[in-house]
Amino acid sequence: MKELEARQISDKVAEACERSNIYLGDDVAKALRTSYEQEESPTGKEALDQLIKNEQIARESGIPICQDTGFAVFFVEWGQDVVLKGGTLEEAINEGVRKGYKEGYLRKSIVKDPLRRENTGDNTPAVIYTDMVPGDEVVIHFAAKGGGSENMSTVKMLKPADGVEGLVNFVVNHVKEAGPNPCPPIVVGVGVGGTFDKVAVQAKKALLRPLGQPNSDPFYADLEKRMLKEINELGIGPQGFGGRTTAMAVHIEPYPSHIASMAAAVNINCHASRHYEIRL
Amino acid sequence: MEPKKITPPLTDEQMMELKAGDTLLINGVIYSARDAAHKKLIELMEEGKPLPLDLNGQIIYYVGPTPAKPGQPIGSAGPTTSGRMDAYTPQMLAHGMKACIGKGSRSAAVKEALQKYKGVYLAATGGAGALLAQAIKKVEMVAYEELGPEAIQAMEVEDFPVTVINDVYGNDLYEQGVEKYAKR
Repeated sequence: MKELEARQISDKVAEACERSNIYLGDDVAKALRTSYEQEESPTGKEALDQLIKNEQIARESGIPICQDTGFAVFFVEWGQDVVLKGGTLEEAINEGVRKGYKEGYLRKSIVKDPLRRENTGDNTPAVIYTDMVPGDEVVIHFAAKGGGSENMSTVKMLKPADGVEGLVNFVVNHVKEAGPNPCPPIVVGVGVGGTFDKVAVQAKKALLRPLGQPNSDPFYADLEKRMLKEINELGIGPQGFGGRTTAMAVHIEPYPSHIASMAAAVNINCHASRHYEIRL
Repeated sequence: MEPKKITPPLTDEQMMELKAGDTLLINGVIYSARDAAHKKLIELMEEGKPLPLDLNGQIIYYVGPTPAKPGQPIGSAGPTTSGRMDAYTPQMLAHGMKACIGKGSRSAAVKEALQKYKGVYLAATGGAGALLAQAIKKVEMVAYEELGPEAIQAMEVEDFPVTVINDVYGNDLYEQGVEKYAKR
């Protein structure tokens, strides 16, 4: 049995919030440079150039990459042999978010109630998903999820007969409709299977996978490649100014499905695809 | 093509020289306003009350920055999605606003109003908040401080980079760009 103090979790979470909002991951920085080299559109290239410079300025000056420092989303894999002392997991994570967003001068973007809209003032509460796993390790995946790209996300209950073609059309048409709004070049998270709620979580999980890492199942890896190609043929381009780079990656996370259903979800991330991994 | 330099207040004649796809560098003072501030301004307009700022010839920037660190004028300050301001923009133009800066597409009503009132819609690079913050040299509170990141602030900018999306002739760069590069 391993023991963890709630404070250890809070401290790591605070660090994750601050660091991921200022330092863009190497995987995304690399994808932006590749996109820049391949882009044919001059205005698109100029936008990518600004995004590459932006990443460097953020790193050097400590100013967040984007003013929308996001909803704090956590996927926790909790080893069953670990005991938490000194508070609940939820409290520990929210305390870390509070600390990280205050000390990192990050924007507080959360309102207490969706209709009455009073700001909570500290960017809590976070969105937290927890899975119990074997072992004595705790892995926490964090994403600072921007609102602009989140608003361009969708769920649809497709029919099993829609098949691969139906799924591809659903995803590509949705990205086309989103156009310039989610700040392309984007990362497209696709969930397929499960229930109405589960498929959306799968799509979000897909966004946490590092860019350049295809699905481990070759069938889905091929499908990711096909969707990426078709999305980049839409011509939306960086910032929607027209061009070749509309998406930097498509990630699909499937889940077993009911015989009557084929749920599908698209969750979009902007180019500031901020994700961070904590291991305790 | 070299970017054109512009400084508000802007005139109809200046707006007529701009075309979708032009890149511009803004110098001088621009004003921040997002959803909540727009709602308040429109309420004042409808009640016929004076506004906390003179909109004539001015540029409105749809931005909700991160808090400034000590010694810096502003935190990260990139554009937010403009579509949320669509409902308010025709009235803002009718009250003299000449340009607005955001990201993402606008409604047909906004595009018509831009033609009618001789205004332009500009995009700054979405997500380039750190880069754009560097072009903002000084910030002063104008109104609605209680709205926090949604307050109206006067921002003194130097060579603030934007691209013309919708011009006074009804052109739309988002449509032109896709037409040019779409393969399907």
